[in-house]
Amino acid sequence: MIEARKRRRMARAKRMVTIVFMIGLIWFSILQTGVSIQTLLAGLPNMKTLVKEMFPPDWSYFISITEPMLATVRMAVLGTTFGALFAFPVALFASSNVAKFPLIYQISRFIMNLIRTIPELLLAALFVPIFGIGEVSGILAITVFSFGIIAKLLYEAIEAIDPGPLEAMTAVGANKMQWIFYGILPQVSAHFMSYALYSFEINVRAAAVLGYVGAGGIGLILNNALSFYQYDRVLTIVLYTFFVVLLIDLASNYVRRKLI
Amino acid sequence: MKMHKPIRKRVRTWIAILIVLAIYIWAFAGAPIMEIKETAINSMKGMFTGLIHPDWGYVYDPDGEDLLRSLLETLAIAILGTFISAILCIPFALLAALNVSKSRSTAATFKVVLSAIRVFPELILALIFIKAVGLGPFAGILALGIHSIGMLGKLIAESIENLDLSASEAITASGANKMQTLWFAVVPEVLPAFMSYTLYRFEISVRAAAILGIVGAGGIGAPLIFALNGHTWDRVGIILIGIVVMVTTIDLISSSIRRRIV
Amino acid sequence: MIEFKNVSKVYPNGTVGLKNINIEIAEGDFVVIVGLSGAGKSTFLRSINRLHEITEGDISIDGCSITEARGKPLLEIRRRIGMIFQNFNLVKRSTVLRNVLSGRVGYHSTIRTILGLFPKEDVALAFNALEKVNIKEKAYSRADELSGGQQQRVSIARAIAQEAKIILADEPVASLDPYTTTQVMDHLKQVNEELGITTIVNLHFVDLARQYATRIIGIRAGEIVFDGPVAEATDDVFSEIYGRQIKRDELLGEPV
Repeated sequence: MIEARKRRRMARAKRMVTIVFMIGLIWFSILQTGVSIQTLLAGLPNMKTLVKEMFPPDWSYFISITEPMLATVRMAVLGTTFGALFAFPVALFASSNVAKFPLIYQISRFIMNLIRTIPELLLAALFVPIFGIGEVSGILAITVFSFGIIAKLLYEAIEAIDPGPLEAMTAVGANKMQWIFYGILPQVSAHFMSYALYSFEINVRAAAVLGYVGAGGIGLILNNALSFYQYDRVLTIVLYTFFVVLLIDLASNYVRRKLI
Repeated sequence: MKMHKPIRKRVRTWIAILIVLAIYIWAFAGAPIMEIKETAINSMKGMFTGLIHPDWGYVYDPDGEDLLRSLLETLAIAILGTFISAILCIPFALLAALNVSKSRSTAATFKVVLSAIRVFPELILALIFIKAVGLGPFAGILALGIHSIGMLGKLIAESIENLDLSASEAITASGANKMQTLWFAVVPEVLPAFMSYTLYRFEISVRAAAILGIVGAGGIGAPLIFALNGHTWDRVGIILIGIVVMVTTIDLISSSIRRRIV
Repeated sequence: MIEFKNVSKVYPNGTVGLKNINIEIAEGDFVVIVGLSGAGKSTFLRSINRLHEITEGDISIDGCSITEARGKPLLEIRRRIGMIFQNFNLVKRSTVLRNVLSGRVGYHSTIRTILGLFPKEDVALAFNALEKVNIKEKAYSRADELSGGQQQRVSIARAIAQEAKIILADEPVASLDPYTTTQVMDHLKQVNEELGITTIVNLHFVDLARQYATRIIGIRAGEIVFDGPVAEATDDVFSEIYGRQIKRDELLGEPV
């Protein structure tokens, strides 16, 4: 009886501490960043002007940006593909049921986690000084980024598979490669493609803005339109991106549902 | 008597392969050629050197702008942005969930609205808000907050849809109105998922906040771009290290909390 | 011919899995192993194809020691041993045909098998094997579309396609209903008698053991406590093996 009461009191205390802590965090953040409702209210008319300048979108502009739009999708396709290709072997190395030595999978997971801390735009910003302005930097940034996402999801899937068929493959005398291709691959191939498509959805959105730092695609054009204050063109670009992403999302979700 | 694979399955597989092949031929046909410029090698060397010998002096400078201040500002942007989106996404999520919303069409509409919010690039949102509240972290917070509603809203709508609402039936049967049903049946069930997803979104927001500075919305983004453009590789190095450390720490804390929740 | 010489297995935490096993199993035997759960039946069976390692002694198959084999020789020994599992262990998302063919991977190079380029003879072998267990019409169905009994028959087909000399069956019928159990056991017996494949089966149903075995081995606490023809395996003998009277759930009952 007393135990239960003590536990409840502790739970309540924990909740109180958490709430106080969170309020503290928020307060600290407000101080640090100088947020104030007044500023927001004061600035609203500016925003309204801006939004008004955006409408209506420059309809004729749609045609001229189709080419860069396709280039953006292309960047995402290539980047996701290469990222997925690299992710597959590394995910195998990172799975404890495939890589028997802890050192192997620990190092693989460490590298994976390291890569996943850097957002795509940052990767692109790092690649541009090396590979120059243009699509190459974008594709590489997307490759590295997709690699991080897909490898993590994939190795978690690999560790969760049914060990039975793996045992069966050892029993029939398969070597390691055959064991992987007949035991592991069939069980995770659907997951793999699903993760690749999920990553592709994210990458198309990212590809659209990577150009802002010079990594090719529609982002470059966006940057230009912004610098020349052509806000109606900005809206055109945004709408176009929206529709392309929506289409791709729909197609991707359809395929992903079929895979499961 | 040998058997062949059923015709329909074969046809479908072949169509799928052809579509994928077509996409890849198109993609590779227009692919850019990778050329490594002279300056590229220097930049790469510079970055490596910068990582190995980072600009430690930048970490803490009591008077001026330093790494810690920028990182803390980035963190603050992420905290407030996630907080705002967590609160604002609730009505959206409720309206987008098939089993809670008034009708199927309302749910579908709000799902599209959430998708639209998700697609709208954070960067542009940040630029719009900069027009309103000026350069600096406030714009970043607003942009992040509004944009995150899309993702959080969708995830929470999905968890609401996955709920077993038999408990709510019992409560409605005992005479509760819609609000009370929500509070007593839906909220407690979805709270763990809500907190888990908010933390997950927070992890992503920290990364996003690091980028928003590139357009001037505060955080570590701006100093990084300056350092990159100015080729001060040691500063680039220390900023990268700082970002990696911060994100990794947040991820570790967040995932350990999330494990406790579930 | 399988030979165990002074075989023991002691786990790192000190538990004894097998204690000083000395036994010979002749070609063509249909041996059933009985004993309590945890007595060592599974360890015994799995040490034959080295899914479990032993800590002492030697196991040899047709004169070749599997205990000492490494690398390619080990795989070559394994490909002639088929294994049937309690949980079937088929790849659920692959077709029945692919599952059966996967038994042939030990016979070909890595590249060929990865690309799925099995020679015609292998495919013919696979179909013949499927026909032997009366399931040829399901060749292109996905494994998870089959019932338990059907999946187990596919496992048997895989072993046949391996051109196995030995079949190891670890509780092959524990997940099946009585009617399907009889079906599967009949197939195993048939394969043993028609193709002369040495068959070793772990069972925990006493009456089933009596019905199908020619030779019964009883294991208790890692040691062989009985080894002899079915006729000698009386109820008293079984009590000795189990250390107590036979319980009701160790009898399958009348087959349908």
